[in-house]
Amino acid sequence: MSKPRDLQPAIPTDALISIRGLRTRLGDKLIFDGVDLDIPRGKITAIMGPSGTGKTTLLRHITGQLGPDAGEVMVDGQNIARIGREALFDLRERIGYLFQNSALLTDFSVFENVAFPLRQHLKLPEELIRNIVLTKLQAVGLRGAAELMPAELSGGMMRRVALARAIVRDPMLIIYDEPFVGLDPIALNQILKLIRTLNQTLGITSILVAHELAAVSRIADQIYLLAAGKIAAHGTPDDLARGETPWTKQFFSGEADGPVPFHYPAPDYATQLGLVGAKP
Amino acid sequence: MAQRQSFQIGTGLFILLGFAALGYLATQTSSLANYREGASYALKARFTNIGQLKLRAPVKVAGVRVGSVSGIQLEADKLDALVTLSLDKRFDKIPDDSAAAVFTSGLLGDQYVAIQPGGSPDMFKNGDEVVLTQSSMQLEELIGKYLVGGDAGKGGDKAAAKPEAKPDAKPDATPPNDKK
Amino acid sequence: MSAVRKANLPLGEGIAQIGACGIFLFQILRAIPRSLRHLRETVRQVYFVGAMSLVIIMTCGLFIGMVLGLQLYHTLSIFGGTAALGTVVALSLYRELGPVVTALLFAGRAGTSITAEIGLMRATDQLDAMEMMAVDPMAYVVAPRFLAGIIVMPLLACVFNALGILGAHLVGVSWLGLDNGTFWSNMTSNVDVWDDILNGVWKSTAFGAVITLIATYQGYTTPPTSEGVAYATTRTVVFSSIATLVLDFIMTAFLM
Repeated sequence: MSKPRDLQPAIPTDALISIRGLRTRLGDKLIFDGVDLDIPRGKITAIMGPSGTGKTTLLRHITGQLGPDAGEVMVDGQNIARIGREALFDLRERIGYLFQNSALLTDFSVFENVAFPLRQHLKLPEELIRNIVLTKLQAVGLRGAAELMPAELSGGMMRRVALARAIVRDPMLIIYDEPFVGLDPIALNQILKLIRTLNQTLGITSILVAHELAAVSRIADQIYLLAAGKIAAHGTPDDLARGETPWTKQFFSGEADGPVPFHYPAPDYATQLGLVGAKP
Repeated sequence: MAQRQSFQIGTGLFILLGFAALGYLATQTSSLANYREGASYALKARFTNIGQLKLRAPVKVAGVRVGSVSGIQLEADKLDALVTLSLDKRFDKIPDDSAAAVFTSGLLGDQYVAIQPGGSPDMFKNGDEVVLTQSSMQLEELIGKYLVGGDAGKGGDKAAAKPEAKPDAKPDATPPNDKK
Repeated sequence: MSAVRKANLPLGEGIAQIGACGIFLFQILRAIPRSLRHLRETVRQVYFVGAMSLVIIMTCGLFIGMVLGLQLYHTLSIFGGTAALGTVVALSLYRELGPVVTALLFAGRAGTSITAEIGLMRATDQLDAMEMMAVDPMAYVVAPRFLAGIIVMPLLACVFNALGILGAHLVGVSWLGLDNGTFWSNMTSNVDVWDDILNGVWKSTAFGAVITLIATYQGYTTPPTSEGVAYATTRTVVFSSIATLVLDFIMTAFLM
């Protein structure tokens, strides 16, 4: 099943998620061309890469919203493309997902948003729901905002509420999709601290998709660099910072041109301007 | 919680209003309204021709509705139409020599049974028969009658012929003088 | 299907849309048993879709009744048949105008808000978030609105009809001097509960189903941009108005 490949991850044992030979085509575009990747339990794994390389698509594979064209995605020992809808929903109940734009339900107060997964899946007494929700809100520092509506919150606060909602069922895995986008430095550090705290104190496995290299380097245990449908590099933040490949060099130093070209593919400039070739 | 209460009340009110409207339409504006006569008593009347009289057609005294037609049968031996009128209990002071006639409301309207009060001191009781009746006026017969010129058609009533009946016959225009 | 779609013919696109809408209906019907667990959500939608549409429905019902009273009084007086005013108003309201006008108003008032709401939920990832919380949006978001539409439309049509009758009564009896007794007795002897009133109830139930189907479908499949939501809202009004009138013709032909 798990054939040894050249890009075998550093921690192959006890992986919560392992992806082998993933190939995906969306429309005419080949998104993944043989991706192998392991997410170890209890660690923070960051997935980085230039925009448009399919980081969010990869997350959709992990959560079963999208099936692969080839290869397999194993989550907690189950092939996610094969299990039925019921098993998939059971699995999702154990995954917390933090959306880039928080995705709070606009009709409900902060309290009800956090209580939503509990009310939908468990028949708990109101008293217990209240205790759980307030505990989680306390953990993200927003117990005082319980009765506010999402529209009354700032972007950073919304993300913290979404985080409280993601952890309300004590998941085995949390997926952070671009959690730092659009945050001021203070809010960014608050989220960063929460991600680390959740991982360290509760041992929750975390997948982090982000562009903020400095922030990611401070908390990630390992980083996958995704480019052109493949894993371009993989290792600890320190390994990658000393990276040799052109991909890592360009990405970590933020050069404008390189393997990721500055120019969108186009016909030859001179030809298009009519400077070369016979023109009557 | 308070907010939840309020929309539940709103929903409840809305549903009640909707069903109230349905109930109103069904019972007040449709033929069901005519079923709703609580206590009533029945009278019988025989006509040689009832024209387009239908079940549940109104029964009127002086133009006011007092009941409805609850049954129409053909009497096999006499070949008369036996019409059962059910009248509201509130209108039980109708003299037992009153006459019944099938009239048309307006020129093209529906037909109804008009009761023209008589002068008897006794009143109709449940199951009584209205002896004096006047049948429906058939437009064709009227036209035929005028064309031929005063020939008494067959459209007369069975108790007493009224050849002078006009097309726009009003209840009070009919002379109830035959029995007097 | 994709070949037809590729050809980019308006007709092919339309057929594909109808097909997708049919599949969506099937998905809703499959989600309805599960949506019964979210009964509170259905009740909430009855409030938002129904109770919130009451004001416009009642106002329009009253005025349509008044206009019918005026117009038909003058038409009927040509034939000396003003006694039939109540009957004609009641029959045209119950059989045709009540269900259809209510449906058009409902498409404009409730249909658009359903599309915009679901479209916005799509654009802000709320539907995806529900999926990720193992809550099926078909059962939690779409099916309750569909059910609410089916429950609400006949009730709204009845309210509309009742106000229409009152409006016609106001004009005919109070203003134009028609006899009150004639107005009602003529109506009650010609309007049938089963043939006329329930006929309209069936129609409006079907319209409610079609309009909420189109509205939820447009919202659910809208491109997650503000432009997409705007277009989807417009399409809801256009498509559901057309669907209502076409369905009205078909149902009239069958129910007659």
